[in-house]
Amino acid sequence: MFKHLKDLKKTIFESQVWTAMFRHDYADTPRNRTLQIMSNVWMHLHPPKIRRHAIRIRFTWCMGGITFLLFLVLVVTGVVLMFYYRPVAEYAYADMKYLQFDVPFGMLVRNMHRWAAHGMVLTVWLHMFRVFMTGSYKSPREFNWVVGVILLTLTLMLSFTGYLLPWDQLSIWAVTVGTNMARATPLLGHEGPFAQVVGVTPRYDARAFLLGGTIVGPPTLLRFYVLHCIFLPILASILMMVHFWRIRKDGGISGPL
Amino acid sequence: MGEGPGRAAVAEKPKAAPPKPKIKPLEDKIHCWPYLVRSEFICSVIIMAVLMVWSIALNAPMEEPANPTNTPNPSKAPWYFLGLQEMLVYFDPWMAGVVLPTLIIVGLMVIPFVDINPKGNGYYTFVERKFAVTMFLFGFLILWTSLIVTGVFLRGPGWNLFWPWEVWDPHKVVALTNVDLPYWGPFKLLGNPKIFGVELLGLTILALYLVVLPVAFWFWKSKTSPVLQELGPIRYGIVVFLFLTMIGLPIKVFLRIAFNIKYLWVTPWFNI
Ligand code: HEM
Repeated sequence: MFKHLKDLKKTIFESQVWTAMFRHDYADTPRNRTLQIMSNVWMHLHPPKIRRHAIRIRFTWCMGGITFLLFLVLVVTGVVLMFYYRPVAEYAYADMKYLQFDVPFGMLVRNMHRWAAHGMVLTVWLHMFRVFMTGSYKSPREFNWVVGVILLTLTLMLSFTGYLLPWDQLSIWAVTVGTNMARATPLLGHEGPFAQVVGVTPRYDARAFLLGGTIVGPPTLLRFYVLHCIFLPILASILMMVHFWRIRKDGGISGPL
Repeated sequence: MGEGPGRAAVAEKPKAAPPKPKIKPLEDKIHCWPYLVRSEFICSVIIMAVLMVWSIALNAPMEEPANPTNTPNPSKAPWYFLGLQEMLVYFDPWMAGVVLPTLIIVGLMVIPFVDINPKGNGYYTFVERKFAVTMFLFGFLILWTSLIVTGVFLRGPGWNLFWPWEVWDPHKVVALTNVDLPYWGPFKLLGNPKIFGVELLGLTILALYLVVLPVAFWFWKSKTSPVLQELGPIRYGIVVFLFLTMIGLPIKVFLRIAFNIKYLWVTPWFNI
């Protein structure tokens, strides 16, 4: 049988189906190395060639990449969780318990989603830290730094909106504390400076707009769910596309000139 | 990823050593496949393994069902927001929860536009950009991290300070001895603050701090300092404002701890 392995390989790799998908062979030639990247839509995030120092872990700490990896983990595990979770006050907590104790691997998926989210907040901070320390925000990468800061804000908002969804004591009170600050928004919050001038009331101010009411209640749960599962991930994905595209357009990973 | 020798060492394995060319050699580039993709793959495998082990070993927290009538004490925001919650000790919510976070975000965004030092672009260096690096390390590593650490580990019921080895006593009473600046120390001697106008004192101090001081410094130094000249008044103004705002936090922490001062500027509409 092993005699025929070569034949088998030939049959597969030269079949019409295979060559329809992959347009280069695997001999380690410069041309194939380039094609590996250029002819693959996912690999194509990379340029075919890159400056030598840019792949040194000591330079980038791979932190942007790890952040992106964690984001992908969050998307996948998040979609799995969405199959079992209903953003309704009566069901949310029970669904979480069901997920943890009855759904096969439910606990593991929930844990991965949770810890990856915490991890992403940390890695995005560290990524920003490394970009600052290498001065990589300097011209021509100013705009990508700004995109990055927005991504950082979105990461925090994603984490925060997700925090509410288990609908347990931890989540509603953490979100209560967090959103209470909105009532003090100058002009727009009912306890903020100059609130009387604008005429906002507890039922009609920045915080009520955020919560869909005066307390963290069922409408808040639905709002945060939609933000967490639809609006913010889509926005973050779009900005990540811009971010990655700009890295290429700005001349690749920064380095000493 | 330990991709071996740095640029210098690589230059030493030439095909044939030509006499050193004066023109810049072609950039030292390598193929992404396999070198970068390989590193990314290894990195992903490690991260996934860590995440997997972590998620098997440690369960995500899950408490009692939500109960709006039962407020836990303390109620803590998620850890990454505890820096903001901790600032609530020193500032009113409109500052700690709205104005300062906004300034942090906007401040981060303007960094590339106010840092006009062309050096240190794309490599680690401290000596070539002392001010920028010092500011960032101070703001991020020292201020932000220590606020979060305090919030996570040292705050107990009533948002009182507890050392890690202390038992959280929900009935711990801490005397509220904080006073506002117009009612404190020598300023009391100015007479009845209600008549003198409490607003004026804080306004004066803040104006001195945020306006007079920077403007005076500008007129004193801008003639002789090439850095300031290149920066120009607008960038200078932005940098100084952000800098003084950031330093304002430790100043207020110090005033609170050393002198129990609550607000510097008291007005009928807001306090700082
Ligand atoms: C969701 C969040 C983010 C993701 C997924 C992400 C991803 C990445 C990746 C993969 C890179 C390639 C180099 C590396 O791995 O370090 C990169 C570079 C970069 N990032 Fe981010 N990033 C994020 C947030 C940020 C933030 C918060 C900032 C700054 C405030 C930022 C600014 C930059 C800049 C300026 C570069 C170019 C660095 C260079 O050329 O050396 N990014 N980002």
